[in-house]
Amino acid sequence: MTVILNGTPTDLPDGATVHELLELNELAARPCAVEVNRALVPKRSHEAHILCDGDAIEVVTLVGGG
Amino acid sequence: MSSTVQGEIEAKHIGECEPGLSPLVIGGRTIASRLIVGTGKYSNYETMGTALDASGADVVTVAVRRERLVNERGESLLDHIDLSRYMILPNTAGCFSADDAVRVSLLGRDLLEQLGNAGASWVKLEVLGDKKTLLPDPAATIEATKRLVAEGFDVLAYSSDDPIASLRIKEAGAMSVMPAGSPIGSGMGVLNANNIALCLELLKENDADYPVIVDAGVGAASDVSRAMELGADGVLLNTAIAHAKQPIMMAHAMRKACQSGRQSYLAGRIPRRKYATASSPFDGVISHIPGE
Repeated sequence: MTVILNGTPTDLPDGATVHELLELNELAARPCAVEVNRALVPKRSHEAHILCDGDAIEVVTLVGGG
Repeated sequence: MSSTVQGEIEAKHIGECEPGLSPLVIGGRTIASRLIVGTGKYSNYETMGTALDASGADVVTVAVRRERLVNERGESLLDHIDLSRYMILPNTAGCFSADDAVRVSLLGRDLLEQLGNAGASWVKLEVLGDKKTLLPDPAATIEATKRLVAEGFDVLAYSSDDPIASLRIKEAGAMSVMPAGSPIGSGMGVLNANNIALCLELLKENDADYPVIVDAGVGAASDVSRAMELGADGVLLNTAIAHAKQPIMMAHAMRKACQSGRQSYLAGRIPRRKYATASSPFDGVISHIPGE
């Protein structure tokens, strides 16, 4: 399936979870927050949340700001 | 002398000898320093870390942005901030609608909960109206404040220096209103001191402890003192340190300016007068005074 990850079309195995997406991108051990289709998927739900074809996913972290 | 020992000496010195430097209290959080600083725009993380230390700030702001995906990754901000020392205040910078500000706030809270940082339940709300001026959209700020309060956030809301807009944001449930001295990053300081004074008067009416923080526009240490002398409870700044020619020296200056301004406000300034009042007595002068 194809999802939109941080604005870029990205292929993922069917049935991948948010946690698996983060692992594939070597982000699972880093602090990051995820929303799918503009709704937060809290950290505690990352392993249970199964992604679907066409999902728009944002993976964010903290950066310098004022 | 180690920095820890130096810090203890300074803390002791302030505690014993510096009257009036009480902590800032926002929604049950007691913050020793009334200066809040941003973490953006530094040329490198090492300078940022040293400048944060020199500023004396206990609270630092951060932004929420897309994670750089594998192969693009460099150093992370989080590798350079001591999370046991600083309370992180996540912002919603870059949001131009209440919807986006709520999304970013929820993401920021999830991140800070993962980090176990005490800043998880609060947010520096910015809902901007225009990319060129970065001035806040008051209607969207009020809407976002209400929605975030309903989501359990303690909202510190960036506002214009308009007293009525600021009051409406307080009424929407903001835990602190943060009027701008001048546009973000402009370095123009407090452009309309009368408006800031009116904001303070309206926001603190029958609620003297309501925290009001002047946020944005600071260019130099004197701007921080000016805001504090007007009676602000704190000042939030970023660019004035990060883009100073010597950021670490400027951070020192900002720390002292914030303390000086606070003390100057509490001490009570003399009224402005049109004519001079001599400091040395005229009684007993041996000179000829013109006109007498």
